[in-house]
Amino acid sequence: METEARWTVDQVLALAPDAASRKAGARLGAPAPWTGTGAAGGALWGLCKGSGSKPYQTAVDLDGPAFRCTCPSRKFPCKHALGLLLLWAEGGAGPVAAAAEPDWVEQWTSARRKRTESAQAAPPRVAGPADPDAARRRADRRAVRVEGGAAELEQRLADLLRGGLAGADRGSYRQWDEIAARMVDAQAPGLAARVRELGAVAATGGDWPSRMLEETALLHLLARGFLGREGLPGPLAETVRARIGYTVDSAELLAGPTVGGQWLVLAQYDAADDRLTTRRVWLYDEGAGRFALLLSFGAAGRAPELALPVGSLLDAELAYHPSALPLRAALGPHGLSPALPHSAPRGTAVAPALASYGTALADDPWLDAWPVLLSAVVPLPGPDRWQLADAATEDALPVATATPAAARWRLAAVSGGHPTTVFGELGPTGLRPLAVWPEGAAEPIPL
Amino acid sequence: MDITWDDLVGSALLGTERRRPAGLVGDAEEAAAGLLDAAAGGVLRRRAGALPGVAGARPAAAPADRRPELPEAARRRLWTLLADRTGDGGRGGRRGTAPNLAELLPQWLAQARKEGYAAPHALLPALLDAARSRTDLRPDALALAGPRGLWLAGLNPEWRFALRAGHAGAAGGGPADAARARRLWEEGLFAERVALLTRLRLADPAAGLELLASTWRGERAEDRLMFLDSLRTGLSAQDEPFLEESLSDRSRNVRATAAELLSALPGSALAARMAARALGCVSPGNGGIVVEAPYACDAAMERDGVAPKPPSGRGERAWWLGQLVDATPLSVWSERFGGRTPEQIVALPVPDDWQSDLHAAWCRAALRQRDAGWARALLGPPPAAAAPLTAVGDPAKLLSVLPPAERAAWVADFVGAHGLSEAFQMLGVCAVPWAPALGRAVVDALDIARDAGSYPWSFSGVMGLAERCLDPAAVAQVAVLSAAAEEPPDGAPGATVYWSEAFQRLTGTLRLRAVMLAELRPRPHPAGPPAADTAHPAGVPAAIPGAVRPAAVPGAAHPAAAGPPAPDPGAGAQ
Repeated sequence: METEARWTVDQVLALAPDAASRKAGARLGAPAPWTGTGAAGGALWGLCKGSGSKPYQTAVDLDGPAFRCTCPSRKFPCKHALGLLLLWAEGGAGPVAAAAEPDWVEQWTSARRKRTESAQAAPPRVAGPADPDAARRRADRRAVRVEGGAAELEQRLADLLRGGLAGADRGSYRQWDEIAARMVDAQAPGLAARVRELGAVAATGGDWPSRMLEETALLHLLARGFLGREGLPGPLAETVRARIGYTVDSAELLAGPTVGGQWLVLAQYDAADDRLTTRRVWLYDEGAGRFALLLSFGAAGRAPELALPVGSLLDAELAYHPSALPLRAALGPHGLSPALPHSAPRGTAVAPALASYGTALADDPWLDAWPVLLSAVVPLPGPDRWQLADAATEDALPVATATPAAARWRLAAVSGGHPTTVFGELGPTGLRPLAVWPEGAAEPIPL
Repeated sequence: MDITWDDLVGSALLGTERRRPAGLVGDAEEAAAGLLDAAAGGVLRRRAGALPGVAGARPAAAPADRRPELPEAARRRLWTLLADRTGDGGRGGRRGTAPNLAELLPQWLAQARKEGYAAPHALLPALLDAARSRTDLRPDALALAGPRGLWLAGLNPEWRFALRAGHAGAAGGGPADAARARRLWEEGLFAERVALLTRLRLADPAAGLELLASTWRGERAEDRLMFLDSLRTGLSAQDEPFLEESLSDRSRNVRATAAELLSALPGSALAARMAARALGCVSPGNGGIVVEAPYACDAAMERDGVAPKPPSGRGERAWWLGQLVDATPLSVWSERFGGRTPEQIVALPVPDDWQSDLHAAWCRAALRQRDAGWARALLGPPPAAAAPLTAVGDPAKLLSVLPPAERAAWVADFVGAHGLSEAFQMLGVCAVPWAPALGRAVVDALDIARDAGSYPWSFSGVMGLAERCLDPAAVAQVAVLSAAAEEPPDGAPGATVYWSEAFQRLTGTLRLRAVMLAELRPRPHPAGPPAADTAHPAGVPAAIPGAVRPAAVPGAAHPAAAGPPAPDPGAGAQ
């Protein structure tokens, strides 16, 4: 039986955790190493010949999607799963044809689905921790430590400004690393991360004093916000807590109110430092005009688990993290919709997009990635700085400095100087384009 | 309290101990806190109040491209091939059974160009990057990239090469193009000028010669040499006056090249002069050929390109003789030897050890003059299995003069008799895809080599050629071989596994090539034979040989004629 629409190749390749596995997966997307391939009821499987004597057992549950492979790779999905998906994407007459599930696949999918079902059927866990008193005591202890950290940070920042920033570009990272370590001790990882970034600002050259003052002031604002959180409106206090580094348990969130909808997967990309890979997935419910950001993490060298094909529609329940500006969400029950988008989502011109960023900053001053959809914009390549300009007016946005060159050139190539729809993150240095719809296209091209 | 941002930055830079922003009170510590408060407000105002910038210069929109888009499967294939280009292709070690994609990109590009597709816009940057690092891909890649690719290249200095090629490619059209060509000729870099000259010689040889002649006297000697060499393309009697004049060039190498080019024009005055000299040295007699090599190299001979000094180890007289004969039109010999055919002339005995010198010179002449009759005669029939291999001249080069079908048949017979160890060069000059008989002969020879217990990497060169050149229709024959055979008792240990792997890779590559070329076929193929063919995983050795279906891919039997490298007519000259 073949009920599901097969994915497009771009959707499959978008799942790859990094460029290397994308290449490796594409190599394995040829019939040669495969045997015993088949697909049934949302699952596909195959045996892939590897370097060992025994072929790897690879299976994909499209409902999820979830992946299983007996290879030792720590990438997720591994190249074998990607190769299998590519073969399957060739269509019903391709190498992965309808077949009966072998036992090893059946065991895995049924166990997986049972788990999902029981998770969904289980009554929402409102119970919370077993010992509310102990939990409260723990929370109080942490609050005290974070307050201590915030107060110490305030003092360090004031000292910094008394003595002056001059020379910060010559100073070593050590003082910043040391303050960051103190913030980690104080259980305020959000503060620690910002302090570390502050250390890097001076090294970026150019007008670094201005940028450094900006970041220092925002850090100051955050520390002060936490110290004075009692006086803040509830949602803003939640925003401050989130920025400080308090996390909220996803299951707990999902037990609360959720937002259902049909979400278009706009973009997915990874940012890695030496400890952690963070995957960001942007969703958009055009009917409700709502964006959502899903985060997924992978420990060093391991790709995050969440993988959604860009350009597809996702029927999903989400629960937003409490915040004055709800963006980040936890992903609840979901499935890929068999439907495909009819057209590119409708966006705005440059000026309203900038205005929406301004409004959002009022709710979350620390916001550095605000999702915007721009319609009828043209990329303007420049030797130093790129711009995205309205086709009809003289308004333009700078393209963020952090945008990889490959993404910029792909954007230019797809546009060809013609107006296009662009999705991206708007931040202090400009827009980082993440997806582009060529004129008249319904499916985005990831950048 | 309104403090300007610049004022805040100034104080922050110097420190509130030294400079306090106007309007802040208290000691330095309080002022620092006040500064941070003010800056927090300031940064939010700066960010939230940011106004749209003014759009800079807008590039003109890319011109429309009316060519059809690639079929979905082909688009994906291109993506894979381009992604693999930068991949671990260069990594050493075992290659495993995965198909060899690097061998496939040039063919893909050539075929896609032939079908008249436009490259997908999103892949243009990757395509231009590929063309930038591999010049052999440029013509096809740029043709596929089309107007949008050219437009994009105009925006990125790294892709400037595309503009140069594009402009120069337009030369020869109207007066505007001619003017552009002249400008490029006068201002371009050396490589650009050589490329321009070569292109012009293809389209309009006379115009190319005219352009060259216009600046000839001002060129440096080494440049003159390269430019002169470009005249090989489109060489005709019209070039003779210019070449004749170049025989008096200041540079010896230029003189020699001019002489060589003239000798490739059988009707040229130089050829006639050389013929007169050669006929004086080689004559019929004693039931064979009597050779009387020249005793001196006079100034006139030197002017006609005869190098007076032989390389060490060769006699002067033999050296001069060789040069006279290889510059002589081959047609004179038939008359000289009483209307004999080339075969009969080659069969005549040559006393006094002159045979090898004479025959080698004839080989060079056959190459230079592209004379299939003489090449065939000198090559002879493929030597029998037991016969020792004593090649006259370079068989691969002589083969390149023969028509493709004859070439393939000759090499097939040769491989059948002698195996592959001497055949690499010859296989390289055969037309792609290999004719069925040739493909069979190569695969059989590989099979024999395996049975003989040798290691497959001794044949990796031939395997690579086979991946590129074997007709995909041969896949059935190869697939049978990829089944692991029994280890021969006296074979190299473990070789069987490697052989099986190598054959699997060959099978995989061939199948992929067939599928790849089928994907490029213009008519949409729903669930047609190409897709169905891949349903049999290529890497799975069929338990029963008969179960392996031949690649029933229509059209796959005619992949892009990537052809042998253009034969170099002058390669045989000294």
